[in-house]
Amino acid sequence: MSKELIESILTEENFEKLYEVIEANKGRKGPLMPTLHAAQNIFGAIPYEVQKVISEKMNVPLAEIYGVVTFYSRFTLVPKGKFVVSVCLGTACYVKGSQNIIDEIEKIIDVKVGNTSPDGKFTLEATRCIGACGLAPVMTIGEEVFGRVELSDVSTIMAKYL
Amino acid sequence: MSLVRSHVLICGGTGCTSSGSISIHEKFEECIKKFGLDKEVKVVKTGCFGLCEAGPIVVVYPEGAFYSHVKVEDIERITEEHLYKGRIVKDLLFKQALEGDVIKSVNEVQFYKKQKRVVLKNCGVINPEVIEEYIAFDGYKALGKVVTEMTQQEVVDEIKKSGLRGRGGGGFPTGLKWQFTLDAIGKEKYVACNADEGDPGAFMDRSVLEGDPHSVIEAMAIAGYAIGASKGFIYIRAEYPIAVERLEIALAQAKELGVIGDNIFSTDFSFDLEIRLGAGAFVCGEETALIESIEGRRGMPRPRPPFPANKGIFQMPTLLNNVETYANITQIILNGAEWFRSIGTEKSPGTKVFALGGKINNTGLVEIPMGMTLREVIYDIGGGIPNGKAFKAVQTGGPSGGCLTYKHLDEQITYDNLVRLGSMMGSGGMIVLDEDNCMVDVARFFLDFTVDESCGKCTPCREGTKRMLELLNKICDGKGEIEDIARLENLAVNIKDSSLCGLGQTAPNPVLSTIKNFRHEYISHIEDKKCEAGVCKALLKVTITDKCIGCTACTKVCPVDCISGSRKEMHVIDQNLCIKCGACIEKCPVNAIILK
Repeated sequence: MSKELIESILTEENFEKLYEVIEANKGRKGPLMPTLHAAQNIFGAIPYEVQKVISEKMNVPLAEIYGVVTFYSRFTLVPKGKFVVSVCLGTACYVKGSQNIIDEIEKIIDVKVGNTSPDGKFTLEATRCIGACGLAPVMTIGEEVFGRVELSDVSTIMAKYL
Repeated sequence: MSLVRSHVLICGGTGCTSSGSISIHEKFEECIKKFGLDKEVKVVKTGCFGLCEAGPIVVVYPEGAFYSHVKVEDIERITEEHLYKGRIVKDLLFKQALEGDVIKSVNEVQFYKKQKRVVLKNCGVINPEVIEEYIAFDGYKALGKVVTEMTQQEVVDEIKKSGLRGRGGGGFPTGLKWQFTLDAIGKEKYVACNADEGDPGAFMDRSVLEGDPHSVIEAMAIAGYAIGASKGFIYIRAEYPIAVERLEIALAQAKELGVIGDNIFSTDFSFDLEIRLGAGAFVCGEETALIESIEGRRGMPRPRPPFPANKGIFQMPTLLNNVETYANITQIILNGAEWFRSIGTEKSPGTKVFALGGKINNTGLVEIPMGMTLREVIYDIGGGIPNGKAFKAVQTGGPSGGCLTYKHLDEQITYDNLVRLGSMMGSGGMIVLDEDNCMVDVARFFLDFTVDESCGKCTPCREGTKRMLELLNKICDGKGEIEDIARLENLAVNIKDSSLCGLGQTAPNPVLSTIKNFRHEYISHIEDKKCEAGVCKALLKVTITDKCIGCTACTKVCPVDCISGSRKEMHVIDQNLCIKCGACIEKCPVNAIILK
């Protein structure tokens, strides 16, 4: 499945956008990180095919690019699901029981933390502090934020997306 | 410009935005138009008010009426009653803002009364997306003073005299850092701002950048002038979209007005600033790792020396400070080092912002003068522990810090005092724990975090923290041996001594401080196989209490048939067979079965 998912994002249009970014970053000092951020936004992931293009156009060894992409958690090799479910496991949320919440979601959508469901619908993530500690425990689905989540709320929240 | 009689301030920080302050803003605009008040009343979206617990927050001036937990449905009433008819809507006010029949203004509320706002002075006051509002509150005056009236050395001397120490955690004297970078020789020099606030449970820097981004931009320009740099970088977490956006807006406005750019205030001084996004690596908060990341590599720390002051970004002398440190600079320049030293203690002058969270009534952002006691912060400002639970510990300094107990409540909060007690200031997270939190589990939580975030460059941190986590997991699973405590301590000391950067050097602190202050919890986990707080699942037992009515529902649902007892008699669970699946707990009609 992930192979098809990757192929679906490797469109000519996306590559055109990438070339523009690489061109715009020419002459800038330390251009790799901004370029990778842009690539992640354009494609939704930075798979091998994209890394190879960046490597050739920017004259940076592919191994180095692979090293950087896999170091940072924001860059991914495969695209994320349609709904990215993130549960905050920062200190404030953890002490208020967010581990139980993430366990419950794992059960509901049958996806392990850090993975994407085979149909590409859900990605489940444990995030570190998103800085909304006042609302702990916090979870987000896409852009939507759910604060002061109780274990009993989880099934209702998830039902909307199933 | 027309004058308005009332200002409606709506919090636009991350906390309140998450609980819906954007739709509240829209509704206010709509209602004010409806009542024909749009020429008399102005709605302002501000930065964080600090009391995130009570969000979304709306404050109406000139009265200072403090509305909390505001809902979209309430706005029509507030507009009609308060703004149109002039009667404050009492039942929608923040509870502590109402004493009997007397309405207290926002500044008189207990939460704010003991605070001292220097860094956060503009947060929750101005609209961070309008540079003119910042200028109206003395914005860019300090930069003007510095470039037209002071020499580079005079600026550095002023910062040195103020005694300001790095707010990122280490507490290194800021003035000294500036002097080193001024003295360093290089073809070019850089100023950098560390806004990679990765510490879980801390959101001070984010709030400053969201509420008052210009204060950081101005301070970086001042720093650029002082050390002779013409280029700066702000390295900020990509996880803070609102802060990034406000920073971008602020920077664009500053460039348009010419306070950032060429020939600032018609002098020879030019300064350009660029925003660089982090990509989710905690270690990039370490200064040399941050520099590696800006240069476009894996964020792995470099050995020091050479220090960034001599060889930093692109091998050039670089001045790197934290957001909160910069946010103090303009105030020191405007009011003088003497004024700054009058706040706080002799060795830790000034204020410190803390993100108060965990088991505490008033979660949110507080700024206090250094030297205040933990008790004052937790009980007077934080309002104590919710639900009548007992205070157990307070964790400061995040994954690098430690847990302090009730014995330490009357200790003063200063850099040196917290280190002496086995914790540290850190960037300013302060998480309160109550009787329901297990200290071994908390230590395990932080170790799990460091194992995840260790960059893997040096062996003690990469391998050592992993071994420590394995030992903690063993203890939490009820398989611990008493020697494990000594093993943990031994590993901890070695990792601290031999790691390359601050991450590894401080990673064992949560374990060491919990062993020191809560040794009995480790022992009861190991010897009695008991978790008093009821957190470590492997150590919990499913038991049937005398509430049991003998309905036999649990015996039918038990997958391993470990419950015995006949009808109308109390049932018993065979602990040797029980797999703790919890099916019986869910089935019991009278809640007689509990995990203990």
